[in-house]
Amino acid sequence: MNGDLFEYALRLGDDALVLAQRLAAWCAHAPEIEEDVALANVALDLLGQARELLAYAGEVEGAGRDEDDLAYLRDEHEFRNALIVEHENGDFAVTIVRQLLFSAYQLELYPRLERSRDERLAGVAAKAAKEVAYHVDHAGVWTLRLGDGTEESRARAQAALERLWPYAHELFEPDAVTGRLAAAGVGVDPAELRPGWERRVGAVLAEATLEPPPGGPRPSGGRAGRHTEAMGYLLAELQHLHRSHPGVAW
Amino acid sequence: MSAAAAARELVAAIPDPELPAVTIGDLGVLRSVEARGDEVVVTVTPTYSGCPALEAIRREISARLAAAGFERVEVRTALRPAWTTDWISERGRERLRELGVAPPRPRRGPELVRLSVPCPRCGSASTRLVSRFGSTPCTAHRVCNACGEPFDELKEL
Repeated sequence: MNGDLFEYALRLGDDALVLAQRLAAWCAHAPEIEEDVALANVALDLLGQARELLAYAGEVEGAGRDEDDLAYLRDEHEFRNALIVEHENGDFAVTIVRQLLFSAYQLELYPRLERSRDERLAGVAAKAAKEVAYHVDHAGVWTLRLGDGTEESRARAQAALERLWPYAHELFEPDAVTGRLAAAGVGVDPAELRPGWERRVGAVLAEATLEPPPGGPRPSGGRAGRHTEAMGYLLAELQHLHRSHPGVAW
Repeated sequence: MSAAAAARELVAAIPDPELPAVTIGDLGVLRSVEARGDEVVVTVTPTYSGCPALEAIRREISARLAAAGFERVEVRTALRPAWTTDWISERGRERLRELGVAPPRPRRGPELVRLSVPCPRCGSASTRLVSRFGSTPCTAHRVCNACGEPFDELKEL
């Protein structure tokens, strides 16, 4: 069970850490200054969640690794995040659609995890559930603006949706770890999150005049440490300072 | 005054690093101060998961209590129950207004309420949201349609 809990905390923590890293790259590059601040704030929420979850993963593992060790000193195949969060930022539409798809998943997940028998996971989830509601709201408003906007913004939002939609499926894939943890009342079965996610995302997309692509591929493997080409570059940027200057502090 | 009450008075008066007109007692960030034998246990809760102010608050608590002669101090962070803007005291709300920050609206049920947020400068009810995310994680950015001034609003959580 401890091995499962370690694995589960890593998955949740890595999702948050990797997306925080992606979003932080927008600071000073967003289309308007308010958006620089907004994306940085979302990133900060996610980073806060990641810190709690990775610190807990380290405690559960009991091998003396802390949150920094787990963030900075693991290699690509040891990361357990879903592929969608490592996806390149692309244009602003890609970033917004990715946020909508992922934050809506978190908004289904965290209120359920708040009822976990595991006190620590429940605590992180209670806090995060409130934050994520704002993330979904923000991504939703932008999706409407882009989708139901100009010809150019609509085309870009639709292209972003077609690009990212295949990656959403992985978020809802159950496996042996989630099966055991859900049965024990500690974790949440990801498949259970899909209907609520589809309703919420579907309503935003319909209003934004966007259509998810039918069928298509379902890339997966992040939970097992098999990542896309983008991940190595992301980690190089995330980790190089800590690795080049071990123990460096501000 | 008991040791715990004295410690509480000291700690509750610590200003929030981001909103220095408001104390951590008035913000509801300070959850409890207890004496356990000769040790003081202070429990705080973050406004947002990633709020960088919490680190500064924790350091300040330890420093103030040490300076007042409390030798053994433990500062704990509790995530549950999660902080809510409903915990901000009346005095805290008044101080926020004086600082030019619109105090949070009360939360009503799971959906965010959409009452108007009055301008903390001129009092006009005609204001608009510029961005859901202001200068700190806990604020949103608004502009007053009457006096034209931008202001932060502590968003309900």
